[in-house]
Amino acid sequence: MSVSSVLSILFMIGGFFFFFTATAGLLRFPDFYTRLHATGKGDTLAVLLALIGISIHEGITLNALKILLIAVFMFLAQPTATHAISKAGMRRGLEPWTKKEEEQ
Amino acid sequence: MVMTTFFLGIGVGLCILVFFVLYRVVFGPGIFNRVAAISAIGTKTLVILLIIGYLYDRIDMFVDISMVYALLNFIGTLAVAKYLEMEGERK
Repeated sequence: MSVSSVLSILFMIGGFFFFFTATAGLLRFPDFYTRLHATGKGDTLAVLLALIGISIHEGITLNALKILLIAVFMFLAQPTATHAISKAGMRRGLEPWTKKEEEQ
Repeated sequence: MVMTTFFLGIGVGLCILVFFVLYRVVFGPGIFNRVAAISAIGTKTLVILLIIGYLYDRIDMFVDISMVYALLNFIGTLAVAKYLEMEGERK
């Protein structure tokens, strides 16, 4: 086991953990906006960690550079997409979930 | 050998997570939950594609497929969001 393998395994496990938490949030949260909050941030961090892990294992090649390029692109694109969906929901008139509604 | 087994395990775990997210796509109340869940599935698929490329030892080919998948996922989500927004203003 070289150092790069251990680093790659650590990054991949971190990525899988954040994918798992994002999925749990998407399944368990009560409302559209809270679900989007879970997946928007969790998936961004998870895909970043997983791609960095794969590129560390790949070494210094052109493919590793391309994988890092995908990571940078996802880091820009995922929050933009999340913002677009949530703005569309707001314009469409989806009410955010509050505790008061639950008690009534 | 250890790394191949590890990557295989991560890939299988991600496939199981995709099936859990598929519940939100099928039963999720309203179109917005479905769009958000499809976006999450696309993100997971991107990582699964790279892992498949590593397992087949053809990562030079699969990295391009993965890049195109990321672009299409982003553009598709933006297009659907824009369409739904226009639909809301018309009412």
